[in-house]
Amino acid sequence: MADHAGVAGGDEVDLDRRKFLTRATIATGAVGAAFATVPFIESWSPSERARAAGAPVTFDLSKLDPGQMAIPVWRRQPIYVVRRTPDMVARIAGHDADLKDPESLHSDQPPYARNTLRSRTAEFLVLVGICTHLGCLPKQRFAAGELYPSWPGGFFCPCHGSRFDLAGRVFDGSPASINLRVPPYSYPQEHLLVVGADEKGAA
Amino acid sequence: MRTDRARSAGSPARWLLGAALVVAVICVPQRLPAAEEAAGKPGADWDSWHANTNVSDLASVQRGARNFVSYCLGCHSLKYERWSRLGADLKIPPDLLAGELMPPGAKSTDYIRSAMPPADAETWFGKAPPDLSLMARERGTDYLYQLLTTFYVDPTRQTGANNLRLPAIAMPDVLSELEGLKTAVFRTETRPGAAPEQVFDHFEPLAPGRMSQEEYDGFVRDTVNFLDYVSEPTQIERHQLGVWVVLFLLVFTWLAWRVKREYWKDVH
Amino acid sequence: MTVKTATGAAAPMPKAGSSGKKGFWPWLNKRLPVDKFLADQVTEYYAPKNFNVWYFFGSLALVVLVLQLVTGIFLTMFYKPGEATAFDSVQFIMREVDWGWLIRYLHSTGASFFFIVVYLHMFRAFLYGSYKAPRELLWLIGMLVYLALMAEAFMGYVLPWGNMSFWGAQVIVNLFGTIPGIGPDLVLWIRGDYGIADSTLNRFFSLHVAAVPLALLGLVALHLVALHEVGSNNPDGIEIKEKVGADGKPLDGIPFHPYYTVKDFVGIAVFLVLLAVVVFFVPNFGGLFLEAPNYEPANPLSTPEHIAPVWYFTPYYAILRAVPDQRLGALLMAIAVAAFLFVPWLDRSPVKSMRYRGWMSRGALAVFVVSFIALGYLGLQPAEGLYVMLARVFAALYFAFFFLMPIYTKLDPVKPVPERVVYHAH
Repeated sequence: MADHAGVAGGDEVDLDRRKFLTRATIATGAVGAAFATVPFIESWSPSERARAAGAPVTFDLSKLDPGQMAIPVWRRQPIYVVRRTPDMVARIAGHDADLKDPESLHSDQPPYARNTLRSRTAEFLVLVGICTHLGCLPKQRFAAGELYPSWPGGFFCPCHGSRFDLAGRVFDGSPASINLRVPPYSYPQEHLLVVGADEKGAA
Repeated sequence: MRTDRARSAGSPARWLLGAALVVAVICVPQRLPAAEEAAGKPGADWDSWHANTNVSDLASVQRGARNFVSYCLGCHSLKYERWSRLGADLKIPPDLLAGELMPPGAKSTDYIRSAMPPADAETWFGKAPPDLSLMARERGTDYLYQLLTTFYVDPTRQTGANNLRLPAIAMPDVLSELEGLKTAVFRTETRPGAAPEQVFDHFEPLAPGRMSQEEYDGFVRDTVNFLDYVSEPTQIERHQLGVWVVLFLLVFTWLAWRVKREYWKDVH
Repeated sequence: MTVKTATGAAAPMPKAGSSGKKGFWPWLNKRLPVDKFLADQVTEYYAPKNFNVWYFFGSLALVVLVLQLVTGIFLTMFYKPGEATAFDSVQFIMREVDWGWLIRYLHSTGASFFFIVVYLHMFRAFLYGSYKAPRELLWLIGMLVYLALMAEAFMGYVLPWGNMSFWGAQVIVNLFGTIPGIGPDLVLWIRGDYGIADSTLNRFFSLHVAAVPLALLGLVALHLVALHEVGSNNPDGIEIKEKVGADGKPLDGIPFHPYYTVKDFVGIAVFLVLLAVVVFFVPNFGGLFLEAPNYEPANPLSTPEHIAPVWYFTPYYAILRAVPDQRLGALLMAIAVAAFLFVPWLDRSPVKSMRYRGWMSRGALAVFVVSFIALGYLGLQPAEGLYVMLARVFAALYFAFFFLMPIYTKLDPVKPVPERVVYHAH
């Protein structure tokens, strides 16, 4: 580079300054380039439309009979809303030894659902109806003895056989490793369920 | 043969030229018509009639939003703007938004829609009132300002009103209670070789409205300002970010130039 | 075990890497000619040392191409082609996609800047005779790039499905109807319907996003290969390869890297400043880059008052409208574009660069530039009155530039061309 007739190292060439300037410019350019990627990467975030469609969803609980389950949709996910009978609530106890995470220590739920019943109130159960194994929709099997004699009632996932009790807690022997997830939810009025918003505001 | 100094890249003349170019790039587009001119009635000096709105004047845009909801939303929708976006951009708290601006039953994520059924509107007015989301870009703020200030009484029209900026307008003079009523006085002008034509001369006030002329003028400017905001809600953010981006790039340009000078010392 | 040659001596064993060293780089270079490519094309590729400001626009065109490809790819993630969805999807991008407005404005501004850069790039060729032998094919490939670019820009403008998108498409596609015999069938075939419709929009989308960019990339690559084969021209029009030093390198040349990489960075930086100023402060550019009627959805029943293509097509549009006959106007417009193809052979000057040409060539080029700009302005105005007359005058001058070129370039009194390039340190 410096040995060609048209190009010669002049007496003013300070190689250190040259290196410093080049590095400073490259560094500045790199910073600029990094900032320039931000709009493109962030453009993949959920759009205003997706965020609006993902707004909290209201559900009228008075339409639900005891023992029944309804499935409203929130953020493109089925939400299992179960109106548990007193008998169903009683069948949540007594099989903690058969559960992988009876205290919900490793599972995903808001603080008010981190209890045996995994809900705010005993009567209503609100779960994300997606199996924590690989994402199929578990089927309801609420009757005692429905699957086998000691079955206390709950959910059964047909894809790979995971079983959950009437609080959505996963049984030993299931491929799923954690309990069914509980979404943020609240009761702004009696008989009115809002999925997607709680004390912390809208999710 | 020109001298070395004058041709060197660092000469002040070249930088001045560059700066002038940048200034020209920003200024020139303002001279060109921002929208094509609909043929308003001859005689009015449209070129001197400017809205002079400033979309960064938040208070003005807020007033314009209130004006729009009160007087325009009855017929015109803003189908690309959500209430929640309006509230966030104009810094209107949710309870005020829901209480004062949003129609009852609307969700904050809803788009701003007029309650008027379009089919009925077409029957009543002969033409469905257009959506106004992009009107400020399509016609320009000057046009909107001129339109809203040149309604006049015209008994020959079904609505009883006509408009100097958009002759035979289908829209009634909905703001007459604020502005008052005025007639347009025309004079006959005959240019050589052409047929005589009616040319606008001046307006004659007929009856006062609830606002003085100044107040009404401010009302219209605020509303037009709001429509300017709606046509591109991100424009404020765009301007603010632009300052930083250009500054950064100028710094980078200077650095790149210094590196170039350094390496080109090799070249003889 | 040592391999022996026929004489019984130990045969030399093959080395592990290009220099016998271990490591990724020698491993790579055994399999891909990376070092050789970099040497041939960049670090040992010699370019004339007297490049001036007119030589920035090639690399700038590459920058804009990359900009359009990247922003275009991202826009395609959100844009929905189709009569019922296109216009709304553009508003969705502008309002509801995070940073969508920026990606959109970069793309729309980039389109106009592409043409500014390309026109200046082409002008350089006229200034210094860069289309003359041995660079005729380079010029022709460049013209193909220009044609592909025009197709790309035209179809891109239809995609937002605004009212100007629709009516611009209507007018331009109808031009093909003037071709004798096959015209009307051709128009029906292009449109896929009886008027500009959903089918037209969808096929333009496919061509704009996939087909033409691929063609552009191929043509640009070919353009660079052709350039590197013969080497760059320069402002003095001297072939630097004719004077080489003891090392076999041109005496008036310098290695592209680091000298022109470093210099091009300055050009790119200045370009980015101008781009940023427009994108962030005047993206509509007074209705020149984003035309006002396009803020209204396409309406087949309502023509905008003045249909005008985007500014970069208006010179040709002015020529089209200058002629009172539709068929003849379309033909002349086509000739106006095609004329560029013949320039390497129309130009009979013994000298390449304007620096050493006489007043005839200089005057003709000046008249051409003025005419091109004037026609561009006139193409934006309504076709009435004085504008039409002026368009005819400038159209005539435009064609005179090409058709009289063999004459005035031959007669032109030229100046002696120096042996070595003119260079002042900077």
